[in-house]
Amino acid sequence: MITELGHFALILALFVAMIQSTVPMIGAARRHVGWMAVGRSCALIGFALTALAMLSLMHAYVTSDFTVINVIENSHTDKPLLYKITGVWGNHEGSMLLWVFMLSLCAAAVALFSDNLPPALRARVLAVQGMIAVGFLLFILLTSNPFLRTFPAAPNGNGLNPVLQDPGLAFHPPFLYLGYVGFSVAFAFAVAALIEGRVDAAWARWVRPWTLASWCALTIGIAMGSWWAYYTLGWGGWWFWDPVENASFMPWLVGTALIHSSIVVEKRDTLKSWTILLAIITFSLSLVGTFLVRSGVLTSVHAFATDPERGTFILLLLVAAIGGSLTLYAIRAPSLKGGGLFAPISREGALVLNNVLLSCGCATVFLGTLYPLFLDAMGGPKLSVGFPFFNRTFAPMMVPMIIAVGIGPMLAWKRGDLLGALQRLWVAYIATALVLLVAFYLTYGGPVLAVFGLGLAAWLGSAVLTEFAERVRLFRVPLGDSLRRAIHLPRSAYGMSFAHFGLAVSVAGFAASAWDKEAIEILKPGGSIAIAGYELTLESVTRVPGPNFMADDAAIRVTRDGKLVKMMHPERRFFPLQKQTTSETSIRTNFLTDLYVALGESDTQGDWTVRVYWKPLVPWIWIGCVIMAFGGVVSLSDRRWRVGAAARSARRGMAEPVTAAGE
Amino acid sequence: MRRFLLLIAILMLVATAARAVEPAERLADPGLEARARVISSQLRCLVCQNESIDESGADLAHDIRMFVRERLVAGNTNAAVIQAVVDRYGAFVLLKPPIEPATYVLWYGPPTLLAIGLLGTLIWLKRRQSTPAETAPLSTDEARRLDGLMRGNDA
Amino acid sequence: MKRLIYLLPLVLFLGLAGYFLVALRPNHDVHELPSVMIDKPAPVFDLAGLGDSKPLALDALKGHPFVLNFFASWCVPCRQEHPLLMRLATENHIPLYGIAYKDKPVDSNRLLASFGDPYRQVGIDQDGRVGLNFGVYGVPETYVIDSKGVIQKRFVGPLTAESVEKELLPLLKQLGRS
Repeated sequence: MITELGHFALILALFVAMIQSTVPMIGAARRHVGWMAVGRSCALIGFALTALAMLSLMHAYVTSDFTVINVIENSHTDKPLLYKITGVWGNHEGSMLLWVFMLSLCAAAVALFSDNLPPALRARVLAVQGMIAVGFLLFILLTSNPFLRTFPAAPNGNGLNPVLQDPGLAFHPPFLYLGYVGFSVAFAFAVAALIEGRVDAAWARWVRPWTLASWCALTIGIAMGSWWAYYTLGWGGWWFWDPVENASFMPWLVGTALIHSSIVVEKRDTLKSWTILLAIITFSLSLVGTFLVRSGVLTSVHAFATDPERGTFILLLLVAAIGGSLTLYAIRAPSLKGGGLFAPISREGALVLNNVLLSCGCATVFLGTLYPLFLDAMGGPKLSVGFPFFNRTFAPMMVPMIIAVGIGPMLAWKRGDLLGALQRLWVAYIATALVLLVAFYLTYGGPVLAVFGLGLAAWLGSAVLTEFAERVRLFRVPLGDSLRRAIHLPRSAYGMSFAHFGLAVSVAGFAASAWDKEAIEILKPGGSIAIAGYELTLESVTRVPGPNFMADDAAIRVTRDGKLVKMMHPERRFFPLQKQTTSETSIRTNFLTDLYVALGESDTQGDWTVRVYWKPLVPWIWIGCVIMAFGGVVSLSDRRWRVGAAARSARRGMAEPVTAAGE
Repeated sequence: MRRFLLLIAILMLVATAARAVEPAERLADPGLEARARVISSQLRCLVCQNESIDESGADLAHDIRMFVRERLVAGNTNAAVIQAVVDRYGAFVLLKPPIEPATYVLWYGPPTLLAIGLLGTLIWLKRRQSTPAETAPLSTDEARRLDGLMRGNDA
Repeated sequence: MKRLIYLLPLVLFLGLAGYFLVALRPNHDVHELPSVMIDKPAPVFDLAGLGDSKPLALDALKGHPFVLNFFASWCVPCRQEHPLLMRLATENHIPLYGIAYKDKPVDSNRLLASFGDPYRQVGIDQDGRVGLNFGVYGVPETYVIDSKGVIQKRFVGPLTAESVEKELLPLLKQLGRS
């Protein structure tokens, strides 16, 4: 019954989305206030309906309703409650529902927090979002319906792939999708602006919080996925340049460029058509990613079970959404006027360089990801494009970029003083040189590129700190004055510093992975392995039952200089239902290095393969991502950009009603 | 399509017992073993996608690792060993695609694009500097709107 | 001229969409790897026979075209094609030879005992080395080899009634004539 309610809600949501995509658009064209206002109610109703659909599917999972095909295929009564809930999006149909739910969440958010938008712009933005919703609701209802029933009920379900039964992966998709779908807001704003033929500083200011919020969610989503791979795979790999990973990385790269270029639009009233294009491309890449993952045209470890019919449908959606918006772009963008002189050596110049490098980086990832497909389509040879390609092409582009990130914020708007900026960065040179020397000395004879990478991280980190010190005029004015300056700095400045510093931290983590050590041995209980000054002794392996698996739990005593550091418990879990074994690694971190232990298989004599890795700075990769996302959130909290800030003050009567001014 | 996924599933099923390079596979000679690791990290595991055979737990990856080591023990050079695997499975096993006419676009595309991007930006900037500023002043309602925003924030 | 630049993204996207369309064409499996062994001499093998069968050696098979099928008892898709293999052996009387790939002889024997034995002879490739030399990356795989021992065709995955009718049998017929 509840399942039918959800199904019905989803169908109703489709009709509501159809109204949302047409009525406000016509209203905006005819300047009919009532018609324009329809968009807002539709967005809210649509959200309520998709939420209802989502909840009822969850209900079917939680109550193990085995008349629902989707539940049979992906759930089981023995599954822990958490994974019954998160199992909802552990499959194609359910994850598409999550996708649409996030989309309606974004539309509802726009509807709620857009009092400061001119009604026509708001109506058009909501209409564009409605169109996207129509496409994807149709896709779900026609090709991937999670509410289909079967009778009689199955005795039990097939269960969820054990690999997916993990907290890290349970929450990775919601963040990732919030990021992907969040970019639809920027996309809708871009399309609305093209229809209106106007892009100005106010527009950039409105788009910015939405882009930032999606970017934060995407950053966290990608980091979670990578962290999950790290602790799950049993040897500590965290990035494979796999097509599906690349599919999430490309919108991140262009989204990052978009955040930066929209600043230029806001401050200098230029770079407009480029920013619009970036907004379109960012969301387009999210859509292309969805297509790649779900159509089966690319081979990937992560891909869902696929179906060509679905692929064709998504391709149609792509052509409608991307083709349509780019056509509009081709027609309208030439008339968008940019103003202002533009000196190469200036803050805006640095931001343009950032945009060029990030866009080329994204294009490189795109080429590497799709090239095998191109060759195949043209009847060429079958090729793999793996990490060596990306290390040789993408990485070198990011080097000048990271160097420039250190300098850019030191340059003034309009006309910067490069020499002055470089002089003021003297502290950063010293810090970089010190780190380079120490790293080179400590790892003499080791990989030189890693030392260089660490130097880059040191450069960026110290440049960010120097820039901050400059802003508060540290040591130039009395400390109290600096403190006062620090308090009065806008949040967005803090946000930038955090985000850039986070990048430095992550880069250090990437670079240091070249110094990983590994030790793989076959141990009898009592045997031990030595690695990086630690001594690991396998004390015992005991069999422990879990909720829906049987675990072999190894007790490993870790000592350093004879003193106990930690008892570690890596496990091998056998899931009888799927006849699958997973490895539950044990990681001991002190935030500088990780000691990583995985239990391998045993032979008949009771010997166990134990894999131990020592990984310097690897936690910094994800700490850096968290700092980056935190920077985004801090910037988001800046009162100038806070969503609806103007609206609130407008209600208090402190400013003119902006909405009227927009007309 | 489905077939293939099924195949992978089956292969993985058999394979999950093993995980990446196994102690039993290792060669006694540390020099040869180090070379084996280097070679393994450049060969793609055919059934697991974008993972090297050194990292993969698949059964086939294990077989190829053993094959590589046998060849090394027999005295083959690294290049000869890699060629032997390519002779059997095709260039698909190379994680680093070879530089040949079919991959010119792949390899030379990114640097070309970067050059075009930088050059284009430079030209655009030059043009921007020579044309006198056509700074579009804010229209009155834009100014009012912005003003409203700013005041709203300062409140 | 200036307008053309703004048209560029659309043109690039349409090109991309075209490629996607090609990639989605029906009956095209992007995952299938073409064999690099086609038109090359089959790798030499000399395998112990399964059960009471004689050893299976390439040299002994040369002289007439034959079909070589890699199978295993642990491989589920193999069971799917098994009835078809039985029909090929009993009705079409094609020279079908089997290689038990990475399988314990006991298990292979049990499989053939319970589902029937379509093979004229079966060789044991327990360490998978012959499979590796052939470039096998997933069982079942089926090779058509001509009388000179040159590989003519490879089928990856279970044979289907369609692939047998349209490809395997006509190819065998043509090889038998020449």
